[in-house]
Amino acid sequence: MATIEERQRHAARRPDPDISLPLIAPSQTLVTVTEQVSSIPLHRRAPRLWWVMFGFGLFLLSVFGVAVTYLIGKGVGIWGINIPNAWGFAITNFVWWIGIGHAGTLISAFLLLLNQSWRGAINRLAEAMTIFAVMCAGMFPLLHLGRSWIFYWILPYPNTMTVQPNFRSPLVWDVFAVSTYFTVSLLFWYLGMIPDLATLRDQSRNRIAYFFYGVLSWGWRGASRHWRFQQTASLLLAGLATPLVLSVHTVVSFDFTIAILPGWHSTIFPPYFVAGAIFSGFAMVLVLAIPIRSVYGLHNLLTERHLNNCAKLTLATGLIVAYTYAIEPFTAWYSGNQFEMFMVHNRATGPYAWAYWSVIFCNVVVPQLLWFRQFRLRPKLLFTVSIFILIGMWLERYMLIISSLHRDYLPSSWANFIATFWDNATLYGSMGLFLTLFMLFVRFLPIIPMYEVKELLPYSHPAREGVR
Amino acid sequence: MSTLYGVAAEFADPGALVEAAKGARDAGYRKMEAYSPYPIKQVYEAIGDRRQLPPIVFIGGLLGFLTAWSMQFYIAVISYPINVGGRPLNSWPSFIVIMFELTVLFASVFAFCGTLMLCGFPRPHHPMFNLPRFADASNCRFFLCIEASDPLFDAETTAGFLAGFEPIEVMEVNDD
Repeated sequence: MATIEERQRHAARRPDPDISLPLIAPSQTLVTVTEQVSSIPLHRRAPRLWWVMFGFGLFLLSVFGVAVTYLIGKGVGIWGINIPNAWGFAITNFVWWIGIGHAGTLISAFLLLLNQSWRGAINRLAEAMTIFAVMCAGMFPLLHLGRSWIFYWILPYPNTMTVQPNFRSPLVWDVFAVSTYFTVSLLFWYLGMIPDLATLRDQSRNRIAYFFYGVLSWGWRGASRHWRFQQTASLLLAGLATPLVLSVHTVVSFDFTIAILPGWHSTIFPPYFVAGAIFSGFAMVLVLAIPIRSVYGLHNLLTERHLNNCAKLTLATGLIVAYTYAIEPFTAWYSGNQFEMFMVHNRATGPYAWAYWSVIFCNVVVPQLLWFRQFRLRPKLLFTVSIFILIGMWLERYMLIISSLHRDYLPSSWANFIATFWDNATLYGSMGLFLTLFMLFVRFLPIIPMYEVKELLPYSHPAREGVR
Repeated sequence: MSTLYGVAAEFADPGALVEAAKGARDAGYRKMEAYSPYPIKQVYEAIGDRRQLPPIVFIGGLLGFLTAWSMQFYIAVISYPINVGGRPLNSWPSFIVIMFELTVLFASVFAFCGTLMLCGFPRPHHPMFNLPRFADASNCRFFLCIEASDPLFDAETTAGFLAGFEPIEVMEVNDD
């Protein structure tokens, strides 16, 4: 039996190589952090890549506008959906987008509660991603309603029709879960940003910027009272957001599990969905953070340590997802239910087998590269792996929805789903909405939480403590 | 005519701010405020503000829970009962999700609004902003201001007292 001392000696001999990666590059001071971060929205001209991405985002957004206008004018028949494949792309996109959002809350809330100080530099960006992803997600169920303009019928309110929603339906739960998630994420993000907006106000050199950031920062003075309430509120919001984020994708998975369809009616869905959501979310964080740190030269604040940690979390959640992929056929076989067994067989060999095997490749095979340190520390490779994961996670939702729907209990109602041009236009268009919003965020708001980075500087700890 | 709001000292070092705040507390000053570019927990106690946010958040959560419960009970049992296979109308386990969601929602909104309220926001103007270098309080400098409303306050002695903590400068803050 190794004593504690022996184990400590052993640990000292082989230090974890990742701990030695610096969280912030050396020789940063309060002034350099302020100048570096606030110059992006205030003084620097937007880099060319920003204009390219913003323009591309606007282009896709206009595609989205056309697709949605045509959809509202014509009806959901322009999509490839049919009976039995009533969900099609719309719900696939919804689940994919909302899943992406989850990593942002995980970084900002879970890691705050766990006192993981490395989250400091990356959390603003991840939370912004959450908000924009949830905005994209929220569009799809509304568009899928067909008559989107009367979407408010899903809310309980006194009306002349004297009908009310059925609170035993997971679809109604979803409305509350997603809208709560959006509101709480937005408040959390904004509350954390107020001190930095005040810094931008104080650093601004023209009246428009001064007024804009001045209004947004409410008159923040950095008083100790302000800090105390803001920090308490952040901690409480983190405590509230942590169970909330688990509940949101759990409720989304209830949309599936409460149906009796083979492949959906499964108790493994809530943890499976939550793990998959965080998996895709971390991939998106990496896809966004890697170009931003290189374009804006933020390597000293968004360090390799951040990429490494995000990659590790991606791998960990990816392994949970892989485990679920393995357990699904087992459950089907163990149940002895012929419909379940047919579904598993058909999923792997039927008309949508390409989707299934792409999912296995993108979500199980490719992420295994993250076991290697070389992959975790090379931004370009990490970026590529993340793109694969994002594609894989979209296909996973597609596979779950279509492979269960297209072959239900009655062979007479079997039909295949073929995506139309408008299905694709809405999907890529929603990416335009996301990209446009994210580019505006990068351009006009502080993308790195300055005060949280300042707290991490060695200089920041009161040296002459212990006066009392 | 400008009136005196207080006397402020500017420090370059967070340790000096903590020391000055604690020193001022020990000297009997109560109406004062420390300003810093990031949260410094050590000064909270010296500044001494007893108001608490958590009770506000708790009340919000409780209100959210009660709203969700009463809304669902009223709609499912009284206003619009739906008989699904003879199952009970007050099928409370299926109401849990929305009770949870609204508890979180109300608590979060109360947390946000409570913070703004306790901080006294919106407050676009404040005497401290009259200090020429106060913009640095959100960048790299630390300020301690002892306010004129403090019973022990005297413009000259207080300024002399603050000067004892090796500040960069001691300034009078005017309210205009």
